Amino acid sequence: MTDNIIETRGITKSFGSLKASDDISIDLRAGEIHAIIGPNGAGKSTLIHQICGGLAPDAGQVLLGGQDVTALTTAARARKGLGRTFQISALAMEDSVLENVLLGAMGASGRPWRFWQAIMGDRSLRERAEAALERVGLMDQRHIRTSALSHGQRRQLEVAVALTLDPRAFVMDEPMAGLGAEGSKNLTGFLDGLRAQAPILLVEHDMDAVFALADRISVLVYGRIIATGSVDEIRTNADVREAYLGEEA
Amino acid sequence: MSTILIIEQVLNGLQSGVMLFLMAAGLTLIFGVMGLINLAHGSLYMVGAFAAAAVAGVTGSFLLALLAALAAAAAAGVLVETLVIRRLYAADHLDQVLATFALILIFSEGTRLIFGSFPLYLDIPSWLSGPVTLPGGIQYPLYRLALIGAGLAVALALWVLIERTRIGIQIRAGENDREMIAALGVDISKLYTLVFALGAALAGLAGALVGAIQSVQVGMGEPVLILAFVTIVIGGIGSIKGAFVGAILVGLTQTLGSVFLPVLFRLFLEPATAMSLGASLANMAVYILMSLVLIFRPAGLMGARA
Amino acid sequence: MIRESYLNAALLAGLLAVPLYALVVDEPFTITLATRAAILALAAVGLNIALGWGGLVSFGHAAFFGIGGYSMGILAFHAQNFVPLDLGIMVFDGTKSMPIIWLVAVLASALAALLIGLLSLRTSGVYFIMITLAFAQMFYYFAISWARYGGEDGIPIYVRNDFPGLNTLVPIQFFGICFVALLLALWLNARLVASPFGLALNAARQVPVRVQTVGLDPTRLKLVAFVMSGAITGLAGALFADLNRFVSPSMFSWHLSGELIVLIILGGVGRLMGPVLGAVMFVALEHWLGGLTTHWHIALGAILLGVVLFARGGLIGLLCGPRGQT
Repeated sequence: MTDNIIETRGITKSFGSLKASDDISIDLRAGEIHAIIGPNGAGKSTLIHQICGGLAPDAGQVLLGGQDVTALTTAARARKGLGRTFQISALAMEDSVLENVLLGAMGASGRPWRFWQAIMGDRSLRERAEAALERVGLMDQRHIRTSALSHGQRRQLEVAVALTLDPRAFVMDEPMAGLGAEGSKNLTGFLDGLRAQAPILLVEHDMDAVFALADRISVLVYGRIIATGSVDEIRTNADVREAYLGEEA
Repeated sequence: MSTILIIEQVLNGLQSGVMLFLMAAGLTLIFGVMGLINLAHGSLYMVGAFAAAAVAGVTGSFLLALLAALAAAAAAGVLVETLVIRRLYAADHLDQVLATFALILIFSEGTRLIFGSFPLYLDIPSWLSGPVTLPGGIQYPLYRLALIGAGLAVALALWVLIERTRIGIQIRAGENDREMIAALGVDISKLYTLVFALGAALAGLAGALVGAIQSVQVGMGEPVLILAFVTIVIGGIGSIKGAFVGAILVGLTQTLGSVFLPVLFRLFLEPATAMSLGASLANMAVYILMSLVLIFRPAGLMGARA
Repeated sequence: MIRESYLNAALLAGLLAVPLYALVVDEPFTITLATRAAILALAAVGLNIALGWGGLVSFGHAAFFGIGGYSMGILAFHAQNFVPLDLGIMVFDGTKSMPIIWLVAVLASALAALLIGLLSLRTSGVYFIMITLAFAQMFYYFAISWARYGGEDGIPIYVRNDFPGLNTLVPIQFFGICFVALLLALWLNARLVASPFGLALNAARQVPVRVQTVGLDPTRLKLVAFVMSGAITGLAGALFADLNRFVSPSMFSWHLSGELIVLIILGGVGRLMGPVLGAVMFVALEHWLGGLTTHWHIALGAILLGVVLFARGGLIGLLCGPRGQT
């Protein structure tokens, strides 16, 4: 056994002549928040897709709890404990807020093949779903149509759906995107407490949030990890300053 | 089984294949550029055939009839595009299917209102009737040969249009990136109308050409429409080259299947069973071909999507 | 939501009241029209499960309608002509019993839906529309060339099949059978929508990627929905054949597939009673407009265009607002 909840080993992915992932090896350890930063087009989304499924690497492996999951589907990886949130909210907009978290709770229960019983009458699913809503502060909105939520509330709901899965690790793709200063601050506080439950692989553009939260930071530039280290190490790293901030060292 | 019969049937297959291509090319172009499924494409085929039959009836000229078919179908295309179709570009496929299904109802019933329920006939002009002798002593109807020639000529012209002209560049750009060509100052809504009219004219031409060897009647476009869809799905929706390959494949499969499958089955089944099994399989062959293609290449033979 | 419930109740009450009234004033033809509406509604309720909740634009549901019809036709053909049906492993006399016919119709169309769905769900979008159409066309041409069962001419059934305790030749009794079948299908549909499966299916239509990230397989959910959908449409096919006492390849025609979609759109996609309202409107239009002019398809086309372009939720959407739960 290893401490690495998520680990990638030499992931490589090319689109034509473009190397979107170039021999990427990173890991996520228990109890930490590991942030991945990099300029636009650095290959962050491509990396997330390969970790969560949906995009197969040309070479390399993805491990979850020490187990090779490279060949598994997105759904199978989710069942193995990967809780993901999307940069652009992927929610059932026609459904209510509660129904969206119920979907997560049902997925976690692994029992979707019930055709006759009313889902609203399933107490255990409902409790699990409502607990998640309670934690992100959306309980009062539970009967609202999801499309009526504000942008910030949709971000919260994204996190709530991931919570219902009770995952071994979270993979969050720019959860702060589009949140105001207030919203970012609240979510930062929430994620700070969440790491005790499960570690978070965090892709984020909001540097204040990254520097406030991350135990470790990896910097991705042109498909390659150019540095991994603590906040202070990354702040002072010459390569990072040059590549990421465009400063001459 | 003589070689002559085989060659004859291959020619028949080619003939129905190139006519199918005229339909399929418009359909696939319209899908490729505007992202629209147009079920009413068969109605434009019918409009062409009726216009040709009506004009030939009055003037007696086959060439005028063909011109009338092109003009009527293109005009109907422009009309329908401006009134209905352009509202559908942003809609989902379900809405497109339904709205164009509604157009079929209107076109068919409207044609019946004007021309009645009895079929019209369009005669093969005297200068294209009768058989010709091909090398090897094969007698083959001149008109069918002319259809093959006409179809190939249109295919070539279409290729030149798309690959070698300014309009062609705009059309290809439209397939790839709508915002881009709008940014380049091309009037996208005019381009769409033009593409739709072009597709309509091709369908009308096919209707008139085929109308001379079949009867011209309401509903004649529907079997062709479905075959044309099968064709572009096999070829890969949006690809003209795919439409050509698909059309030839479908034409040959259908023609050769209906002649040779019953004969083939007679080799190891009793005649009556062989006949009926062969006939049903021949009818189904095209659809079996299409499912096989989709199962192994879900985006068609020349589809862009992997 | 409450308004929709009232509308739904009124609609069912109306569909029941019209034939009862016709019975009183002795207009059996009106009862037949109501029966036709109930059967078409049943077929469309089946399609609505795939289309409305699964988001599967099947342009080939005539395949299941026809399979249901031919299940009835073949079983009754052997029974009425006293020609045993040799299945190779066993010989069967055929049957005139509706419950057995229905069972066969449901099983056969479910099996066909499983096979068609397994292959078709490998594709999506336009390709899905076209491959389902192609499968229905295969059945259509197969039926045309199946000489044993009438080929293009189809199979006439001389006397309507039997249901224990009822005289199915009495129009109102046969209507009762069809109406109850419709009610059962609607009940099943309502339970399904509120069930865990229904929630997952509904999400699979809207955001398949979300369904995957909670560990479920959207394609498998859609396949199951497609099978249920096909089975219900197949049952409707068997009843339709019994209504006409006739089965022919036209039950497999692509027009029928198109009309079933039309019914749903007229009424409202993904609305429980959308297919019922659509079917009632369709049969009424067909009857009244068809009585006024033989060219009533022009009017139908215009109405349909109007609904697609200007009333996207169908009539129920127009009356009760956009679709959404709770």
